[in-house]
Amino acid sequence: MELLLFKHNRPGRVCTFEEYRDGGGFSGLKKAIAMAPLEVQQVVMDSGLRGRGGAGFPTGKKWSFVPRDLPGPRWLICNCDEMEPGTYKDRALLEANPYSLIEGMTIACYALGVRHAFIFIRKGYETAAANLARGIEEAKKAGLLGERILGTDFSVDLDLHLSAGRYICGEETALINALEGKRPNPRVKPPFPAIKGLWNSPTVVNNVETLANVPEILANGAAWFKGLAKNPEGAGNKLFCVSGSVAKRVCVELPIGTTLREIIDVHCGGMRDGKKFKACIPGGASTQFLTADHLDVPMDFDTVAKVGSRLGSGGVIVFDESQCLVAATLNLITFFARESCGWCTPCREGLPFVKEILQRIEVGRGEERDLEIMREHIKYLNYSFCALAPGAMAPLDGLLRSFEDEVREHILKGKCPYKTEKQI
Amino acid sequence: MIPEELKKSLQQRVATAVTAREAAVDVMKELQSHYGWLTDEAVGEAAEILGLSTLQVDELATFYEMIYRRPVGKKVIHVCDSISCWCAGFERIMEHLRKKLGVVEGQTTADGMFTVIPCCCMGICGDSPAMTVGGNFYGSVTPEKLDEILEKERKN
Ligand SMILES: Cc1cc2nc3c(=O)[nH]c(=O)nc-3n(C[C@H](O)[C@H](O)[C@H](O)COP(=O)(O)O)c2cc1C
Ligand code: SF4
Ligand code: FES
Repeated sequence: MELLLFKHNRPGRVCTFEEYRDGGGFSGLKKAIAMAPLEVQQVVMDSGLRGRGGAGFPTGKKWSFVPRDLPGPRWLICNCDEMEPGTYKDRALLEANPYSLIEGMTIACYALGVRHAFIFIRKGYETAAANLARGIEEAKKAGLLGERILGTDFSVDLDLHLSAGRYICGEETALINALEGKRPNPRVKPPFPAIKGLWNSPTVVNNVETLANVPEILANGAAWFKGLAKNPEGAGNKLFCVSGSVAKRVCVELPIGTTLREIIDVHCGGMRDGKKFKACIPGGASTQFLTADHLDVPMDFDTVAKVGSRLGSGGVIVFDESQCLVAATLNLITFFARESCGWCTPCREGLPFVKEILQRIEVGRGEERDLEIMREHIKYLNYSFCALAPGAMAPLDGLLRSFEDEVREHILKGKCPYKTEKQI
Repeated sequence: MIPEELKKSLQQRVATAVTAREAAVDVMKELQSHYGWLTDEAVGEAAEILGLSTLQVDELATFYEMIYRRPVGKKVIHVCDSISCWCAGFERIMEHLRKKLGVVEGQTTADGMFTVIPCCCMGICGDSPAMTVGGNFYGSVTPEKLDEILEKERKN
């Protein structure tokens, strides 16, 4: 298969500017600059590239929402918050090669008419930030960034914003508040950032992996990119970062549409200690459990949505037969309850409430009616202000859908069936 | 009081920002590394440098996971308690830490060396269970490895 995101990777170290350039890097930018901005946007649109940050929104379409006739600046922000549990692909990408992102952002700025762009980087990604800072300087020196890029009158400033840790900062409107130095609660939508974002001007927020795809799309064309996917509706490759009960936990680049079975069996060397697969979360903490019945579903946005989950961030977390999924869900809900920004009541009050119920069930004090109460809350939490709370309900929803028997077993037995007497 | 030099460099950082408060997190982080935690005095100084009220600074300071508004030990130990680390047995690591250091989550050891704080996914799920000590990353931590890590971190 053909690599695109990990194409320039060197084992055990970050690739250098020269290696990236000599390996065909920046040819996408050169091609783009020779085209009209709207043509560049059209190529991205035709490529079928969809956002890799979790929601899978078509990237070219998102760009097309930005009004071009308003006076004042437009902004581009790269979202490198990556605090979704189980997700470590953006780290892997930037620790191996910062240049694809820098080039991709420069091309995006050209397509969108942006003069000044930011990369929002979470706490703990200092190595990625250092790689980017170095890469930005190198690109500037080579005339590929900064003033008058490649001798044209197109100029771009690229700045890093280093955050201090908080999951909600990854939500695009909270991120915009964070970048402005305000308390990072989400903003009301609409107006969407594309109309009114950073400092109230049109703003595009894209994930690291999304933008890192752009150079090769420009270099090789939309049809080439589409053709990378395994399934006919798919487009491009995807980074899958696997953790949990597999023999080898890896972050791999694979065609969109690769099956879970292939990811686990071929790329992770199967399950850990020969255990049996029980379930997995396919795309980071805020996605529904998939079961053994879903091992042959092509990992693409629509195909995974069709079976009731989401491709999300590509952070695959695998569980084996010896693990209690009530306890796993409790861990997930505890995360979301703690990370709630507290702005709206359903999430601030609802998540701790649901967490308490799950806690009771896990220690053997659950009741039959708890199932109904939890189901109701899955509905109520859709009325929250941002997508954090519905995301938090996804694993719970999956648990009740596919593993209701396991939850009920806790209630009937009055204890967690997966714990030994000693553990209780 | 912060040294004049640090104040100047922070003022410079603010001057290069699009708006002053955009630099708020950077300023808070610098002050935190100067004082060890974000003291009331530091909040006042950040407010002055950023042209905000102390309340506005506190509103930010209390939001972020890695800004400490209470005294912490010389090194903070962050143990990831998110799902991949749960799968890899972070609870064993936490238990070992509690016993070894005689503290529970949120507390500082009697000698003022370590503060133990659970934290969210650190993006090293591939090497879970994961933790940081004074900003240094450690993956695939076992109780045995933990003893070595603490020993090493205590020395330097
Ligand atoms: C609570 C929450 C956390 C999020 N965290 C991230 C994140 O860490 N990284 C990211 O790229 N997108 C994250 N998103 C999605 C962003 O809001 C946004 O959709 C995304 O950055 C858009 O980029 P894309 O179109 O390239 O996917 C998060 C969303 C929510 C609701
Ligand atoms: S849903 Fe939760 S995270 Fe989102 S605004 Fe409401 S309280 Fe904040
Ligand atoms: S879940 Fe612990 S580092 Fe990601």
